[in-house]
Amino acid sequence: MISYVIQRVLQAIAVMLAVALVSFMLFNFVGDPIDNMIGQDASIDDREAMREALGLNDPFIVQFTRFVGRAMQGEFGISYRIQRPVSDLIKERMPATLELVAASAVLALLLGIPLGVYTGINRYSWISRVILTISLVGVSLPTFVIGILLIYLFAVTWGVLPSFGRGETVQLGVWSTGFLTTSGWKAIILPSVTLCLFQLTLILRLVRSEMLEVMRTDYIKFARARGLSERTINFGHALKNTLVPVITIAGLNIGSLIAFSIITETVFQWPGMGFLFIQAVGFADIPVMAAYLVLVAVFFVAINLIVDILYFVVDPRLRADKAVAAGNDG
Amino acid sequence: MTNSTSGHKRPHGLLYRIYDSDIFYSFIQSPVTMLSALVTAVFFIAAGFAPWLAPFDSFDPGTLDLMDAFTPPAWEEDGVPHFILGTDDQGRDILSTIMYGSRVSLIVGFTAVTFSVVLGVGLGLMAGYLGGWVEAIVMRLADVQLTIPAILVALMIDGVARIMVPFHLRDQMAIYVLILAIGISDWPRYARVTRGAAMVEKNKEYVSAARVIGVHPVIIMLRHILPNVMGPVLVLGTIGLALAIITEATLSFLGIGVPPTTPSLGTLIRVGNNFLFSGEYWITLFPSGALVILVLAVNLLGDWLRDALNPKLR
Repeated sequence: MISYVIQRVLQAIAVMLAVALVSFMLFNFVGDPIDNMIGQDASIDDREAMREALGLNDPFIVQFTRFVGRAMQGEFGISYRIQRPVSDLIKERMPATLELVAASAVLALLLGIPLGVYTGINRYSWISRVILTISLVGVSLPTFVIGILLIYLFAVTWGVLPSFGRGETVQLGVWSTGFLTTSGWKAIILPSVTLCLFQLTLILRLVRSEMLEVMRTDYIKFARARGLSERTINFGHALKNTLVPVITIAGLNIGSLIAFSIITETVFQWPGMGFLFIQAVGFADIPVMAAYLVLVAVFFVAINLIVDILYFVVDPRLRADKAVAAGNDG
Repeated sequence: MTNSTSGHKRPHGLLYRIYDSDIFYSFIQSPVTMLSALVTAVFFIAAGFAPWLAPFDSFDPGTLDLMDAFTPPAWEEDGVPHFILGTDDQGRDILSTIMYGSRVSLIVGFTAVTFSVVLGVGLGLMAGYLGGWVEAIVMRLADVQLTIPAILVALMIDGVARIMVPFHLRDQMAIYVLILAIGISDWPRYARVTRGAAMVEKNKEYVSAARVIGVHPVIIMLRHILPNVMGPVLVLGTIGLALAIITEATLSFLGIGVPPTTPSLGTLIRVGNNFLFSGEYWITLFPSGALVILVLAVNLLGDWLRDALNPKLR
């Protein structure tokens, strides 16, 4: 167990260093940072002085170490486009993205699990077939098309929900939340539905296939034979055993929610990190891009690490398998 | 190396062999598959022959008339019969722009998938056949990349590569950057499958025999093992085409794909999206519909191919 965790942690650190290297090279070798900071018409002496002051004449390793050190303190320099520290920009935008991702994850789980259980139990009912067909179409719809359709229906045609922005937000310390105002709640509906649809179909299909598998096992037959109620069997016995893979997949998919939030945020002009990143790409705002790259890598590595370890903790069978395998090896 | 069976005469022609095959049988047994094949074929023909089939040459400024701008579809009140799906802000016929747009989308999709397949299959073959440190490096890389969604990888590569291209070349180079980004984002899936298959094949007798008579490892990989791993790669590639088309459309929609001068479906949707609020829904919704139908048809074809090529399901 301990060697497994250490191995995973080392791997995570290696990935982080690789991403940091890419983002460092982006920062230092794409375009001349001096040009970007003081403009083309500075004298050669000024440039040399600035070069020295910024430490750009130091050896590669020294510069890279400094970059990693600063990145660990959340320091990524100044945005070329907005002329403010990148760390401030990220701090402002992070709550919007995290609230959107959280709302979508909750929505996907709250709808996906019951629908999956229903289609798993009532395998041949026509409602199940309709749900599954819709979910197949849902997989083929690109995220931004879903967003456009929802905007067209709810904002343009019926005019019931806003199509852009977060509505009014309330500042709680460093965190600005949209969950305390009516307009905030209204504004998050369309983006979170758009973002959750793909995850929803994924969870639905996963729960369904797990349910189908579990329903065939002996202990469910035995529970039936004992005369337990359908409800107890379905939810107390069957659903419980399908949840381990569901939690794993849902956990891993928080990462892809963050990735797809870039698209959703652009469609709905949601003032989050993804929108910031896309604007940065358009303007070649390298410090913002480098910061986003590192931040997303941190999210992914952390989520993968946590899920890997949780998986081990939650499912006793895995530990037993590992022990048996180790025994056989020795 | 000589192949003693190649001169053997088959009793029937190629057409008969196709007609007689299991795959063709399963094809005509499935109406959904035939429909999606038809839809895909229509898209290929419409896109491939767009310069001859399209009612208007949308990208020749000489033929455009701004007076035609924002004409609604033919069935609406102000519609005109010869602009069946209406026109956009510059008076371009939407049907024609969709045909030209599908052309760009399909070209990018195909090239990107080919790139992924060559990269993934090549690395996968080397990993599976050579083993050792080659395998360790390739598969670690694949593992790490697979933990990040392909679309995010494509976005990052596209974003970074665009910046490296000098500003005045960005529009011309955009399509190549896009192909590179999408191609790199999807290679691990092919590498995994190929490696798995190659590991099975390399222990078979025909490979040992080839090795014993001193055939060069590269020849063994390409001439002997490769043909035996192409089945699953073909299936993955079909579904990969749908994915590549979606990725291309997404990046173009985000404004970092192909430029509006040679629009793909994604660029058309992006441009049309600006007019959604003023009620000109057709400029963005019809290209969106075309994209969804194309992707759905290719996906269904891929699903069918997977089942048809899987001997366990027969």
